[in-house]
Amino acid sequence: MLHYFIGNLGHFFVITAFVSALATVFSYFRATVASDVDQKQAWLVNGKVGFFIHTVAVMGIVVTLFVIIKNHYFEYHYAYSHSDKKLPGYYLVSTFWNGQEGSFLLWMFWHAILGIIIIFTNRFWEAPVMTVFATVQAFLTSMILGVVIPGLEMKIGSSPFILLRDAMPDPIFKIQPDFIPQDGVGLNPLLQNYWMVIHPPTLFLGFATTLVPFSFAIAGLWLKRYREWVRPALPWSLFAGAILGLGILMGGYWAYETLNFGGYWNWDPVENAVYVPWLVLVASIHTMITFKNSETALKASFILVISVFILILYSTFLTRSGVLGDASVHSFTDLGLSGQLMLYLLFFLVVAVVLAAVRWKEIPATQKEIDTYSREFWIFVGATVLCLMGFQVLVPTSFPAWNSLMEAFGGTSNIAIPGDQVEYFSKFQIWFAVGLGLLSGVGQFFWWKKIDRKELTNQLFVPLVVAMLGTVVVVNIARVYNLSYALLLFAGLFTVIANSKILISVVKNNPSLSGGAVAHIGVGLMLVGVLFSSGYSTVVSLNNTGMLISRSLSDEFNRENLLLFVNEPRTMAGYEIEYLGERIEPRHKSGYIRKSDIEYTDDPYMVIAKRDLEFNGEKLYSAGEKFEIYPENTFYEIEFRKDGKTRFVQYPRVQVNPRFGNMASPDINRKVSMDLYTHISAPMTEEAKDDWGEPEEILVKRTSQFFANDYVANIESLERVYEIGGQSIDSSFVAIKAMVAVQGERQVYTAEPMLIIGTQSRGGIVPGIIPELGLKFSLMNLQPQTDEITLGISSRQKDWVVIKALEKPWVNVLWLGTLVLMAGFVIAMVRRFREFRLMKSRGLE
Amino acid sequence: MKKSHVFIIIIIAVAVAIIVSSTNDASTYVTFSEAYQLASIGSTKSIHVVGELKKDEDGRVVGIEPGEDKVSFSFIMIDDNGKEQQVFYNQPVPQDFTRSEKVVVIGSYRGEQFFAEKILLKCPSKYQENELNAGV
Repeated sequence: MLHYFIGNLGHFFVITAFVSALATVFSYFRATVASDVDQKQAWLVNGKVGFFIHTVAVMGIVVTLFVIIKNHYFEYHYAYSHSDKKLPGYYLVSTFWNGQEGSFLLWMFWHAILGIIIIFTNRFWEAPVMTVFATVQAFLTSMILGVVIPGLEMKIGSSPFILLRDAMPDPIFKIQPDFIPQDGVGLNPLLQNYWMVIHPPTLFLGFATTLVPFSFAIAGLWLKRYREWVRPALPWSLFAGAILGLGILMGGYWAYETLNFGGYWNWDPVENAVYVPWLVLVASIHTMITFKNSETALKASFILVISVFILILYSTFLTRSGVLGDASVHSFTDLGLSGQLMLYLLFFLVVAVVLAAVRWKEIPATQKEIDTYSREFWIFVGATVLCLMGFQVLVPTSFPAWNSLMEAFGGTSNIAIPGDQVEYFSKFQIWFAVGLGLLSGVGQFFWWKKIDRKELTNQLFVPLVVAMLGTVVVVNIARVYNLSYALLLFAGLFTVIANSKILISVVKNNPSLSGGAVAHIGVGLMLVGVLFSSGYSTVVSLNNTGMLISRSLSDEFNRENLLLFVNEPRTMAGYEIEYLGERIEPRHKSGYIRKSDIEYTDDPYMVIAKRDLEFNGEKLYSAGEKFEIYPENTFYEIEFRKDGKTRFVQYPRVQVNPRFGNMASPDINRKVSMDLYTHISAPMTEEAKDDWGEPEEILVKRTSQFFANDYVANIESLERVYEIGGQSIDSSFVAIKAMVAVQGERQVYTAEPMLIIGTQSRGGIVPGIIPELGLKFSLMNLQPQTDEITLGISSRQKDWVVIKALEKPWVNVLWLGTLVLMAGFVIAMVRRFREFRLMKSRGLE
Repeated sequence: MKKSHVFIIIIIAVAVAIIVSSTNDASTYVTFSEAYQLASIGSTKSIHVVGELKKDEDGRVVGIEPGEDKVSFSFIMIDDNGKEQQVFYNQPVPQDFTRSEKVVVIGSYRGEQFFAEKILLKCPSKYQENELNAGV
């Protein structure tokens, strides 16, 4: 039975949301331009009602889509393509924004909530601000409209409520239109990670919040209230700065934990697309604060606040239109919305630019010459550095768009971001970072004190000297023998010290004003953390065996990777390390299980315990128990010892990912001063696992020991079994299982070869494998008279794995710095919001 | 001249410098013949080449040869101009490799051989998939 109702309901909500958004735009527009007070009031009520209806409709879409996903209605394309029945509840939530339609929906959802807050907190600005809000919502809703204009054959938007049979022309739907697949395609296992549950909503809340200051700026231009919009907009800009920053951090942290490129930031176009608006957003906060204090930088505030939102739209266009196609593996699949996205971008770009141009002459500006010793000057320089820093990233990130643009006009352009993005961007960005570090130290002194040349030298003397001494010490201890790195270190330390000095004096007077100092300390810590964790990340998995891993691999690979065989200790980073074998993770209990301790069934997610399973002394499953696993993930247990004692165990992972192939994820051992980051650079291939030598047949007594590839072995038991892989055996067969115990280096391993004898038809042989030792036993024959059995023994290389490990010093300073920065934003936001409330209560909104 | 004007001129100058230097350091999309020429005049810069894997009449990919240890491999790629070239890659075969519609290799010629440092695959996405692969 197809569930038509729920989809139709969803579609109804989408149409309602779209129409109500348009009605809201119209009403609020009329309310803004109406001169008659009563009429204005009437249109305001209309607008309010319109936006409430819109919000209810958006919530309706969200709930409907979630019901479809939650109930596994696989007749719907969205549920089929992004989820399956095995996904736990919290990942069903991430399914929601896995597709493009859902992520548009998430964005709309936040806009709707922010809109409601604006309606309740701002009386004076409600009409013009909500006109902008509703226009944006109309554009966004059109992206999920899924309506085809008859006659023109033009599709507007891509609906999340489309039926599978309409999305996929599979022949089965011709024969059986009511066909519903049993299960969905599922969520990419790479995204089945808790960060992917909270990262997208945070990021989109940040995106959505940038609309608020933009709307206030447009409203300011529109109503010719050039000065007044800044106060209500500023707390929102700070909020956006904190949330967007947090979202970016979460993305970086997820990448650090999950991807194997060895870092938290890869300068991928998708990452750059959020980084650039965030930098400009931070710059706009600075100019807005300057304006609030000294009535300067108003024009700059307009330009920057508008730029932030336009940049958000531009990055949306880049990541969703398919234009990045060849340049990024992360971009969304092209839904054919590029025209609509372009229109969305151009509409706001043109409206904002035209409006600003028309009003430009009227925007008040100080005619006074800027003094080099004024705080305004230094903050302005800082904001400029932030913008240029973003601009440097924006230019190469736009190469693919530039190529497409040239092609559209008949020209040719073939520029591309270099393959080594990290090196390419870092060598430019480091100098901007040095500038930022120095400016955020010096600028803060100007901020708090009216300063002349002499006073400045007095104030700066101590922090400068301390920072210099600190730099000299650290340079020598950590061997920072690189000019740009040493400068960055100095800039970072200087900011931390200078701002700490200011923080101390500010806290004494008024702690609520400490946001700026706290935020800048965070920036300094981040710079130092980035410098060490990225600049001084060292490879510790050095090949000290004197043997090449493989001649066909590059020298670098041979030098920087370690080939580990099971149970053969190596030394690395001052530890004795030993690879213990492949592990698998159960779905509902935490722990790792030896791959050869489980028996597979027809269902790849279901396995049976061959024996009692323990992890760290805790019993997980009893022998014969059936349980669920994550079949796509393999973990490689590596023990780290020092002085004969086990210090820790790492489980780096390889995931067989349906979209990206083999994905290696590191395991990280965290210490205060450094992270030890280990990932698999080459897992043992299936071919190597199947590369068995010629079997050797031996006749063994039940009770005596024998040698298998130089290991001592014996037959533990011989018994008849009635089940294989959870399935009972047909009574015309007799299955005998032998338990072969082999004394390995560290433990006794067992193999369970089986002989199946058919009474009517031919039986078969099921070999028992000990992958760790590279041994395969086949039970060939039984001689009950002599109590002997014929055993086939073949061997291959013991299980191996190639690892790469890095030490990342002081990465915790980076995480700490980011959190301090966020805290600074929050302190400042609270202060500005209080100020706004205070002024509002006095009737000065 | 006012100080703010000087300031604006400096900003513009820096912006222009950024554009020029970013573009100068940029890589380019080229064909194999152009890449070969670049290498023969001594350029060691990595470039991008877009193309497809070589396929036989039945649409099967041909020319993939694993390295001795199976952790590296080489394959035959045909660029947009139809030129065939063997490409070496120092990593295992990516999983969806043979299913890819389009391949972008980033690397350079060393002698007669093209060595890829990075491979980007464009796989047919789920949205364009016309057949169900589950539950049928």
